[in-house]
Amino acid sequence: MSRRVRIAVFLPALAVFAALLAWSLLAIPRFGDYRGPYGYVLNRVATPERHMTNVVTAVVFDYRGFDTMGEEFILFIAVMGVVLLLREKGRERPGDLTDAIGSDAVRIGGSLAVGVAVLISLWLIAFGFITPGGGFQGGVALASSVVLVFLVASWRAWKGVANEAYVDPFEGLGAGGYVVIGLAALIGGLPFLTNFFGPGVAGTLSSGGSAVFVNWAVGMEVAAANLVLFGEFLEEYVVPLARS
Amino acid sequence: MIIATLVPLQVVTLTLVAVAATAVVLTRDVQRQILVNGFYGFLLVVLCVVLAAPDVALSMLVVSSVGYPLVVLIAIARSRSK
Repeated sequence: MSRRVRIAVFLPALAVFAALLAWSLLAIPRFGDYRGPYGYVLNRVATPERHMTNVVTAVVFDYRGFDTMGEEFILFIAVMGVVLLLREKGRERPGDLTDAIGSDAVRIGGSLAVGVAVLISLWLIAFGFITPGGGFQGGVALASSVVLVFLVASWRAWKGVANEAYVDPFEGLGAGGYVVIGLAALIGGLPFLTNFFGPGVAGTLSSGGSAVFVNWAVGMEVAAANLVLFGEFLEEYVVPLARS
Repeated sequence: MIIATLVPLQVVTLTLVAVAATAVVLTRDVQRQILVNGFYGFLLVVLCVVLAAPDVALSMLVVSSVGYPLVVLIAIARSRSK
């Protein structure tokens, strides 16, 4: 396509999209104009009712826990798709790959950073219903902390801590655990995923009832899913290196 | 009902986000683009914080600074090695 044709196609399209954008921008509510009633209701009732001080987590893992279960399985299936496409059975293992980081400072400093990052991630999950955070945020943070092992040490060290042989089961355990907690409520005669165990004391780790276990299940699933994902991608990167 | 109005800090952050987003589009080299995109993602994290959405900021922080660049960098490395 010549430059002139490109411009002839681009300019009308630009005009149409600019007009549509301007039209919609003029119609959006003013900044801070909140129309829905649910935010007000939840801000008022969530802490007295569920004893969770982070209302976002109360919404995600309790009030709309069923939707979150769907979201969790979207991630599960997406990662399963990546594994189906990228994981090759009997592929040559880059066992003799010498990619260990030479600098002692990077290795030692980085290894210390791994511990700190893992601790912060676990804290994000554990206190997710008290302060900002939760299973999703803590889970991705946990997976990223483990990626540091590859960056500051070696492929072999990464394989030692994030081997699919034990990350895969954790992913299934996290995804399945969510459903099991939902079914536990059902067995107790309550609707699926109803928060049971009693609400506990707001602002402490023993608050939130069974939604706390849902939070941990999600944390486990998200961390493991991201580790599987990173593992498959890193292998795509490392195997050609070992071959050359 | 208006529950909040824009404060100067939010205006500044929104402007920086717009500048960074333009920079991402204008960067032609993909490897550099990932770096610029990471910076843009970090500004989005700051935006979430100044808009009082710390939960979103936390997920955004990890996804934009680790998850996304890692996956894209490896995809580029893989497509170049073939």
